[in-house]
Amino acid sequence: MLAALLFLLLLGAWELYARAGNVDDFILPAPTEVGRALYDDRGLLWDNLLVTAQEVVLGLALALVVGAALAIALHFSPLLRRAVYPLLVGSQAIPIVTVAPLLVVWFGYGILPKLVIVALVCFFPIVVTTLDGLRSVEPEQHKLLRTLGASRWQAFRWAEAPAALPAALSGAKIAVAVGGIAAVFAEYAGSEDGLGHLLLQAIPQLETPRAWAAVVVLAALAVCCFALLALAERRLAPWAHRRKDPIP
Amino acid sequence: MATDLEAPVEGPRPGADEAEVELLGVTRTFGPVTALDGVTLRAARHEVVAVVGASGSGKSTLLELVCGLQAPDAGSVRAARAVLMPQRDQLLPWLDALGNAALPLRLQGVGKAQARERAHALLREVGLAGFERAKVYELSGGMRQRVAFARTLLAGAPVLCLDEPFGALDAITRAELHGWLTEVLAREPRTVLLVTHDVEEAAVLADRVVVLSPRPGRVVAEIAVETPRPRPATADEVVAVRARALEALAAAGGEAGGAREAGGEPG
Ligand SMILES: Nc1ncnc2c1ncn2[C@@H]1O[C@H](COP(=O)(O)OP(=O)(O)OP(=O)(O)O)[C@@H](O)[C@H]1O
Ligand SMILES: [Mg+2]
Repeated sequence: MLAALLFLLLLGAWELYARAGNVDDFILPAPTEVGRALYDDRGLLWDNLLVTAQEVVLGLALALVVGAALAIALHFSPLLRRAVYPLLVGSQAIPIVTVAPLLVVWFGYGILPKLVIVALVCFFPIVVTTLDGLRSVEPEQHKLLRTLGASRWQAFRWAEAPAALPAALSGAKIAVAVGGIAAVFAEYAGSEDGLGHLLLQAIPQLETPRAWAAVVVLAALAVCCFALLALAERRLAPWAHRRKDPIP
Repeated sequence: MATDLEAPVEGPRPGADEAEVELLGVTRTFGPVTALDGVTLRAARHEVVAVVGASGSGKSTLLELVCGLQAPDAGSVRAARAVLMPQRDQLLPWLDALGNAALPLRLQGVGKAQARERAHALLREVGLAGFERAKVYELSGGMRQRVAFARTLLAGAPVLCLDEPFGALDAITRAELHGWLTEVLAREPRTVLLVTHDVEEAAVLADRVVVLSPRPGRVVAEIAVETPRPRPATADEVVAVRARALEALAAAGGEAGGAREAGGEPG
């Protein structure tokens, strides 16, 4: 409700600025023009949205699998943690635009390089939050499991893994916000469709309203994915949303 | 020469060789704090020993030593398999009440359905019928304690280390559970170390009450209770034991002056 109000306010400001300010229409179209483009190009936008959405969702799923697996490996091996964690952090400094063409060379123009790029961008926050989740089990809880006779594997199965589940989904929520941008870059590097491809074509053709319409659709995609992840978190880890461990 | 690790026969008391828990001159320090200082304590098989003492007198530390979760800095600890009911219940929030109670069975490899069935019966006994499916965050403090208590019993260990198991309960529920624990122990006896702040609870439930002094934690009194269980809180001996324990606690307050009562420490 509040978000909708704020959104309308921002939209109004944008409209005023675009109309009154001396910014060229080809650089910043007014929201009404973008709205018209959204309507006129709806078929085109929808087709390309489906392509990009598939890349984002599958890429994020890949990132979740790889990120969680890596986090578990790092959790169980302090040696690996010391050796690999700094590299992971460093790897995030590599601009994706520099590796995207290489991946296209390797994997071709299909969906595969896009998935890899989206996953590359998304997996890092997932690794970080999942690892924190695995380590969030209190020493007291570990003690309890030990007196009940739990093995290392059982401690993972009964305490660490469930504790990491909402953490991994939080990581995915952070990741999905940048996942769309990653998909656009991946499409820039070589593709025949998708919202990134649409953007790449619309800008030199001076179809700025259409480009902005694509951006709006991208934003909507990110919001939808985020909401779905939040819903999944609520469903799969309802305890994470309640008051934390009230001490009697 | 090689096979006499168990059963040292030189115990000063009859039945000492039957001790299921034995701490000899145990000292445990945390930096500058001496949590336990030269504590000697035995619990015979199926004996209920209550440990009372002011906050910080090392009661939780003592239980963790018995459960093998800590090692002493000096002295020795010997105990049969002991399971801890921690001071804070440590229920797993992702399991419901039934799942938490059934956890030790699941860890022992019992199938889900069978484990839950056994836990179900026990939860009913501790007065939690109808709350089997409740999430941990939906339970009150007292309910959580009862779930933790059921979980501890289901672990099936010969020694139970209960750290203030009835602390968060109202007087009526507490009395109910006292009666129930007495029944359970009569049915399937266990060796119990019961940590409590409540000297009356100690006198009602225990065969022996051990009083600890705070920092450093030392045994300042050991009071035997002879009246057979179940014993009402109004029984003469319970009242007398309660008074003596309170006296020892008050005397222990700061300096641990030695007043050793009853129980006959060996030389
Ligand atoms: N892990 C630890 N690190 C540092 N100090 C500790 C640790 N555990 C216990 N202590 C100290 O040892 C002393 C005894 O602690 P313990 O928890 O055994 O007391 P307690 O008798 O159980 O107290 P309470 O009745 O408040 O539960 C305290 O002074 C405490 O600060
Ligand atoms: Mg304690």
